[in-house]
Amino acid sequence: MRLINRKPGRTLGAALAALPFVLVLIGYSIGSEIRLSANPADKLLPALSTIGETAQRLFTQGDRRTGEILLWKDTVASLTRLLGGVGIAAGLSLVIGMAIGLLPYARRSLSGFVAVLSMVPPLALLPILFIVFGLGEVSKIVLIVIGITPFMTRDLAQRVLDIPREQIVKAQTLGASSLVIALRVALPQILPRLIANIRLSLGSAWLFLIAAEAVASDVGLGYRIFLVRRYLAMDVILTYVIWITLLAFVIDWLLRQLSRRAFPWMEAGL
Amino acid sequence: MSFVSVTDVWQSYGGRPILERVNVEVEEGAFISIVGASGCGKSTFLRMLLAEELPSRGAIRIDGGAPAVEPNPERGVVFQRYSVFPHLTVRENLLAGEGFRTALGRLGGGARREALARAEETLARIGLNHVADQYPASLSGGMQQRLAIGQALAAKPRVLLLDEPFGALDPGTRLQMHGFLTELRAETRMTVFMVSHDLEEAFKLGDRVLVFDKPRWDPDDPGLYGATITYDFDASDGGMPFQRILDRYPSLGPG
Repeated sequence: MRLINRKPGRTLGAALAALPFVLVLIGYSIGSEIRLSANPADKLLPALSTIGETAQRLFTQGDRRTGEILLWKDTVASLTRLLGGVGIAAGLSLVIGMAIGLLPYARRSLSGFVAVLSMVPPLALLPILFIVFGLGEVSKIVLIVIGITPFMTRDLAQRVLDIPREQIVKAQTLGASSLVIALRVALPQILPRLIANIRLSLGSAWLFLIAAEAVASDVGLGYRIFLVRRYLAMDVILTYVIWITLLAFVIDWLLRQLSRRAFPWMEAGL
Repeated sequence: MSFVSVTDVWQSYGGRPILERVNVEVEEGAFISIVGASGCGKSTFLRMLLAEELPSRGAIRIDGGAPAVEPNPERGVVFQRYSVFPHLTVRENLLAGEGFRTALGRLGGGARREALARAEETLARIGLNHVADQYPASLSGGMQQRLAIGQALAAKPRVLLLDEPFGALDPGTRLQMHGFLTELRAETRMTVFMVSHDLEEAFKLGDRVLVFDKPRWDPDDPGLYGATITYDFDASDGGMPFQRILDRYPSLGPG
């Protein structure tokens, strides 16, 4: 039997899915064990148990001076920036993308501009943003918006253009105005794509967020990681990395569920 | 007085003529089949009837009105595929037939209740009441086309345009659809234009069959001349000519 036709069973499938995670954990444990046995004060690869203790301390114990739990404060600050930036980017890309996809005038004037804009490396703009918008929240949110909007806009515009011409003509023969075609034909059909786009661009959004927080901030997940780097506090850094990964995974999962619930017609053909 | 009049219509893409000197007059309530080889411009002709494309010369008028510049509710259309909205249920698709002409594309209150009642009637007539809350993707090809026709008729067009509506269906379903269309036509007396690849279908359903072909042909440059209507068959009475000759010339009868 050819390899491409071999499929794992249910149990084996679950085991295979878990395998890479287990391997990474085992590899890390071995490495950490080797280093710690040579030097018990080694900070580079803290034992898994140390990371567990640190995580517990970070999630539950308040700061000695202010009593605030810094991890939650960082999480709230970062998530506010992330969701704010992604939300604004989603709104902008939806409006501009629909305009480019539906209106020839908007297409002629905007599609080239957006294509060029999407080639500008956003991180190179970070200094400009800090100069223009200051070191506060605005510059971080604007960086996320600038970073992901052009890509989302281009994709949504293409999706609108991909709607079969027949549907647009049919809507016109039913007497629909341009607005009705936008709201009742194009919008519902690209909303699932918008959610898919948000899921795809969340990775970049986290990247821009952490970069901006690392450069200039006084609270946030990225800020904290780069702060404790000075003390070589690998246990804290690893806890934060795992926490960020978990947050990203949960947001992605929620969006996938939303997409499934909200657009039953997408799966009608399956 | 003819209902749809096509006068001296030409169409060319990038200097290449596709259609030339197309003239045809159609009575209200007639069923016109349009046939021809691939690439002979019959779909172009239908798109011009639809006003999706404008002729480079000449004019197409419905009931003596001004030539349309874009598709409008006077013309209903059913394409081979993609004629219904995938994100709306069967019932919502029918409601769209009436609701899309409002400012926001939705009917409210009493108008919506009346439209719903009419939609239920249409559902029964097109035989889709058992799948009213399903999405088009879960329907068979024949059901989707029945829905597309029902939706087009819900907007009460003056002319119904069918672009190879049964081209993607299997032969059995196609026969059922012929019966369905014939019944529907008997009820509504709608003027219909249908482009078809299938000569048998064209003669079976149509009152007239228009054949598009190129009357002039340059062997060195096949794209030099456009196509036009080369035959205009009378296909009523099952395509057999002179079945009603006694009505016109009673003196030919016996005795």
